[in-house]
This record gives sequence, C-alpha cells and structure tokens, in this order.
Amino acid sequence: MATAFNLHRFANPGRFLRLASALLPWLTGGAAVLFAIGLYLALVGSPPDYQQGDTVRIMYIHVPSAWMAMMGYALLGAAGASALIWRHPLADVAGEAIAPVGAGFTFVALATGALWGKPTWGTYWVWDARLTSFLVLFFLYVGHIALTHAFDDRQRGRRSAAIIAIVGLINLPIIKYSVDWWNTLHQSESILRMDGPSIHPAMLWPLFVMIAAFTLYFFAVVVTRMKAMLLEARHRAAAFAR
Amino acid sequence: MSRKRLRLYLVLATLVVLGIATTLVLRALNEELVFFLSPTQIAEKQPDAGRQIRLGGLVEAGSVEKSGETVAFSVTDLSSNVRVTYRGLLPDLFREGQGVVVQGAFDGNGRFVASEVLAKHDETYMPPEVAKALKESGRWQETEGKGTAQPVVTQ
Repeated sequence: MATAFNLHRFANPGRFLRLASALLPWLTGGAAVLFAIGLYLALVGSPPDYQQGDTVRIMYIHVPSAWMAMMGYALLGAAGASALIWRHPLADVAGEAIAPVGAGFTFVALATGALWGKPTWGTYWVWDARLTSFLVLFFLYVGHIALTHAFDDRQRGRRSAAIIAIVGLINLPIIKYSVDWWNTLHQSESILRMDGPSIHPAMLWPLFVMIAAFTLYFFAVVVTRMKAMLLEARHRAAAFAR
Repeated sequence: MSRKRLRLYLVLATLVVLGIATTLVLRALNEELVFFLSPTQIAEKQPDAGRQIRLGGLVEAGSVEKSGETVAFSVTDLSSNVRVTYRGLLPDLFREGQGVVVQGAFDGNGRFVASEVLAKHDETYMPPEVAKALKESGRWQETEGKGTAQPVVTQ
C-alpha cells in the first residue's frame, strides 16, 4: 500500500528526530509570540462582557484548554489505532507523550470552568452532561497513563493503553454534542455554529490567537517529549550493547 | 487478508459496535441525562410533592417579588410557567428574562420551593456597548425557545 509505505518513511526514529529538531524552534518561538499577543489581547485589549464583566476573560484559557484536551484525545486515539493495527514504531511513543499533556489541559479546562462557574452560575460544579462527560475524558487520560505503566512488560502496557485510547474515542462526540442532545447548565456551542459564531469579533479574535498559541505549545511539548523518549531509548540500547 | 487488514477491520468493527451500544444506552438513559425539566414538561409530568427536581427556563419579566430574604418569581418557557419561592442568595446574573435552573420540590400547595438557584448563561458574548446599541436599535431578540435570551450578534 503506497500510503502506508510513505507513512513508514517517518517511522524511522532517526528521521523523526531530525524533523523534530528542525520543527521545535518554530513551534516554541511561534507559541511564545502568539502567547504574548494573545494574553495581551485577552487580559487588556478585549472588552468585558455585557453580562459576565471581566469574568469572561477566563474563557481565553478555558476554551483553548478544552480544545487541546479534545484534540489531544483524538490524536491519542489515532496513535493507539496505528500502534495496534500497523505497529507503527512511533505510535506508542506518541501515545505515551500525548497522554500527560492532554490530561493537563483537561484539568486546566475543568479547573477554569469551575472558577468561571462560581460567579456566573452560582456553583463550581454540577453533574450535567457536558461537565460529566468532560470529567470522563480526564479519567480516560489518567487510565491511559496508568495502564501504560501497569505492566512490567512495557509492550503489554502500551497495548492495553492503546485499547483504552481507541475505546475512549466514543466520548468525543458525546462531549461535543452533549449540550445539544440534553438540557445542560453549560451553554451550547459559541464558535462552531451553523449560523456563525455568537461571540463578538472583539472577543473572538483574541480567542483565536490564544487557540493558535495553545496549539503550537501543545505540539512543542509533545514533540519535545517524543524526542526525549526516543533519545532515552537510543541511549539505553547503546548502554546495553556495550 | 493480511494481518494488518484484519486488525484494521477488528478495530473498526469494535468502534462501530461500541458506538451502537453507547447510543442505545444513552437513548435509554435520556430522561436521566437531562439536567433540568422545562415548565411544560413539569406540567405534563405532575411530579409528586416533595420529590426533588430541577426546573429550567426564563425568569418571567415582571414576576420577581422580594420580601426580606425570600424571593418569589415565575419560571417560564413561554408556554407554561411555574411559580417559585426561594430563600437565600441569588447568583449575580439572576434577573428578569435570564435563564435559570432551579432545584427544589413542590410543596403540598402546588408551589415550587427552591433550595438552589443557578443562573444559566447563554452562548452569546459581546461588549456592553454592543448590547446597549442592539437594545436601542430594537434588534435584541429575547427568549427564543431554548430557555435563554438570544441577542442577534451582527457587526
């Protein structure tokens, strides 16, 4: 199969390491620049909300974190699938690199949501469908991390983790559509709507800059982790051969 | 069939089966998964007095009466409404026309006594000047169905 063959060009860890080293300065540099612009716009350069006042600024952290949490899980599921199906040598490394990062963003989204919920709704937490399914996402990440390290045989651990990554994919559409399928306290989608975003452009643009910054930062951290794990494996192999 | 092919089909089949199973479970649990009932649903169901439920809708304009720490207001979905009494602190966003979710139970006299009032925020975000301008130009659409005020955001 031609596509699989092409993919395997990147399967070579040496090639990936060279690619990672070339990409990383751009990812980290881009993230730093976008964070500087985005944080300025979010905290100073954007207006307060007509109802929430300055509490709305939590959105500039909450929404990008939630997006990274979901994007991270989609990637985790893809990595799990390519590890199980094609035995792609980098897929296990990618899964192990993504999981703690995704769990971190999920935690940030949950925590900032709680801090926003108290002044806006009047409560830190409710068990509505959106909040509950997002908490499940956090547990899926934690389960993935735990399973990866649960066995003395690393390969067995990674395989079990890949299975939970794939199974957990079911949760992503549930999170996304929970606010449409059921009555929830959480408001429905503001950005990806059929009739266009319901966020005023003066707030939407700072949010987009923050999402871009978070995305670059996410990949910078994941690629750095993968690089470190591959170098560690290479080092261990060299030490063993000696 | 190569082993890779076989594993691909296995993973896809697992996802399809899991998807169907999840859909069925979620459909069966539909009633339990909604966070609140609308006044119309409550009128249909006639819940027993004393049973804890959550009621969601808009605070009806002109219905709020405060006397000391007690506040009474009507929650409406524009076709039915429920009269609510509540003792305690209201969230900052509580106001007439605002979406709320109220937890409590009916007392023997058909009055809904709330133990907790939460404000429901809608998905619209805009600067205060824009909201003011929309209201002044009469392009502010209140209360379309979903239980929250939905202003039209246009540039």
